[in-house]
Amino acid sequence: MNNILVTKGVTKRFGKHTALHNVSLEIPKNSIYGLLGPNGAGKTTLIRIINQITYPDQGEVFFDGEPLNPRHIAMIGYLPEERGLYKKMKVGEQALYLAQLKGLSKAEAKRRLKYWFDRLEIGDWWNKKIQELSKGMAQKIQFIVTVLHEPKLLIFDEPFSGFDPINANVIKDEILHLREKGASIIFSTHRMESVEELCEYITLLHQSEKILDGRLSDIKKAYKNNIFNVGLETPNGETLLKELSEKFEIMASAYDTNQQQLNFTLQLPSNESSELLTYLSARANVNSFIETVPSANEIFIRTVQSKNGHV
Amino acid sequence: MYKLPLIIKREYLAKVRNKSFVIMTFLSPILMVAMVVLIAYLTQLNDNEKRVIAVLNESDYFSNAFLTTESTSYIDFKGIDLEKAKDSTSNLGYYGLLYIPDAAHLEQVADGTFFYSKDAPSTMVLGALESIFEERLRQQRLVRLGVSSEDFAAIDNGYEIKISTFAGEQNLKGINEIKAFIGGAFGYLIMMFIIIYGGFVMRSVIEEKTSRIIEVIISSVKPFQLMMGKIIGTALAGITQFAIWVISGAILFVVAFAIFDIDPGIMSGGPELPSGMGAEMAPNLANDTELAEGYLKELFRLPLALLLISFVVYFVLGYLIYSSIYAAIGAAVDNETDTQQFIFPIIMPLMLAIYVGFFSVFNNPHGPIAVGFSLFPLTSPIVMLMRLPGGVGEGGVPLWQFIASIVLLLITFVGIVWLAAKIYRVGILMYGKKPTYKELFKWLRY
Repeated sequence: MNNILVTKGVTKRFGKHTALHNVSLEIPKNSIYGLLGPNGAGKTTLIRIINQITYPDQGEVFFDGEPLNPRHIAMIGYLPEERGLYKKMKVGEQALYLAQLKGLSKAEAKRRLKYWFDRLEIGDWWNKKIQELSKGMAQKIQFIVTVLHEPKLLIFDEPFSGFDPINANVIKDEILHLREKGASIIFSTHRMESVEELCEYITLLHQSEKILDGRLSDIKKAYKNNIFNVGLETPNGETLLKELSEKFEIMASAYDTNQQQLNFTLQLPSNESSELLTYLSARANVNSFIETVPSANEIFIRTVQSKNGHV
Repeated sequence: MYKLPLIIKREYLAKVRNKSFVIMTFLSPILMVAMVVLIAYLTQLNDNEKRVIAVLNESDYFSNAFLTTESTSYIDFKGIDLEKAKDSTSNLGYYGLLYIPDAAHLEQVADGTFFYSKDAPSTMVLGALESIFEERLRQQRLVRLGVSSEDFAAIDNGYEIKISTFAGEQNLKGINEIKAFIGGAFGYLIMMFIIIYGGFVMRSVIEEKTSRIIEVIISSVKPFQLMMGKIIGTALAGITQFAIWVISGAILFVVAFAIFDIDPGIMSGGPELPSGMGAEMAPNLANDTELAEGYLKELFRLPLALLLISFVVYFVLGYLIYSSIYAAIGAAVDNETDTQQFIFPIIMPLMLAIYVGFFSVFNNPHGPIAVGFSLFPLTSPIVMLMRLPGGVGEGGVPLWQFIASIVLLLITFVGIVWLAAKIYRVGILMYGKKPTYKELFKWLRY
């Protein structure tokens, strides 16, 4: 099996409201998988089903090839978006308790906690109460608790919220490190730049349904619009631009007469760009010729808006 | 299921380490004992203050009529006139002066009698004096009618009907009330425990919800496990607290009474017995040792094993039922202010059980109301315990009622815990909604 988690036709209703409708996913092992979607799309419900907090009305979930069952709870680590800790409990005691609930022995939990506390340089927090810590500090504890039992599947829901940029980077590096060590990661966020940076695969949920999924690079290819950014050096840029605009759709242009530098963006009817390139290089000195690839952010907005009906 | 003990341990420790809980645990017995000691001390102080009444008696009718009692002593003035007597009474700081003039007939003497005092005298003092006069007057009139004082004494003898069981054993007056009272104490204990520690369970659930740790926890354990762990852990903390209260309270009482030299008997028959009973019972017990032995014997004959076992059964089931409702309420709301509308319906059956118990079961432990409420599962833990000191079987609670009550309680326990767990499971992940009963009903089907 190459997938850590597979869902088949998962549907979940709350009364009259359908939270998930017929969602099928395949989450490959040892990958970072982005679970995206607008608020209320059903991400949290799906995550809760994977964590066996709720159960699907229809459909099946397989973990590492087996139908999902309570034994798998110890193999999953979940960092919920709405997170918190017991305010009046001491950091060490609390971490030990949560680790033991995930099935670690007390001694083992202590050993691993020491490792992680040293790694994140928070060893002296052991006897502090959570209410004495700042939000970012508490988030660090929460992160450790999530990964401590070395789960095969990690689910992070907005893992960077509450962190300053430095600590966000620390956490990002830890996530990448965990993947190197073999964990598979489901990553749910609204911050598209971190999706771009981390995710190999994505799924886009919208109004309880899956509207897009696959390898991020494949999706980007599919979303290309044959738009090219071109930079030329030519003394007669204005005439050239006029000629071009008769044949193609010019989306933006700028001509600097002093530098004899012409920049423009155009859309081709097909992905066949060699003809244009030959045409241009015969008339000018081509400095740059770049096909624009849509960002994850653009893909997200475009897909969701087209589903909503206003393109 | 290794997780359940972990949860119980955490909940227990979280509770007993809580500062206000610790303070309550150790301060309550001290406050309680201090209050009782204070009351007893003041009562004693009050009794020690004697009233002194001067008597200027010029008549023969009232010689030896005024005997010094615990609270009043009489001092005879002789051979001085009234004005002088008034002066000396007030100079000596006595409570008052009773002036009895000399006359031929008792009626005339009585008519001419005056009580002088600085302020208006207390009704108790007057009452005591008046009853002395009444007594003398009645005696005098009867003598005139030809009744000797011996006959008169005989007339005044009271009468008590003798009671016995069909088997011929002597029955004791008021023993039913005493028995019901013992059961009532158990029932009351259950009610207090449910209200105090059910509330703790509820607040603990709300705390988990507001601190948002709940989702982390239930990604590791089943909501049902968490709920049960919380309920059991809190109950253990409660039992610890109760045990400390009872032990330290008992020690403190003994020590305090020894230090302040207070006779513990001063409080007996007072506050802890229900009204009406104490006044009748206490003197009987004190005066008649034979009877007292009878009561003691009867108390030892109480089905103690049955009572204790039933207490544990009703306590455990009753507490589990109510505290799981409390847990469900805690899960349904976002903060404590929203709980009011749900709490009243839980406290109502508890209060009803106590009142029905004290008014109905005391009068007739086997009447239809007592039977009904001791079968109804939400009130049976309290009401049945009040009926049980009479035993099960002949003369006590019919066996079928006892069994039916426990079976009904068990069924309700399973049903309520199941329902509460469903509400709990959905509620702990719901935020921002002020739940209505309709909403809760919908959650049952999620």
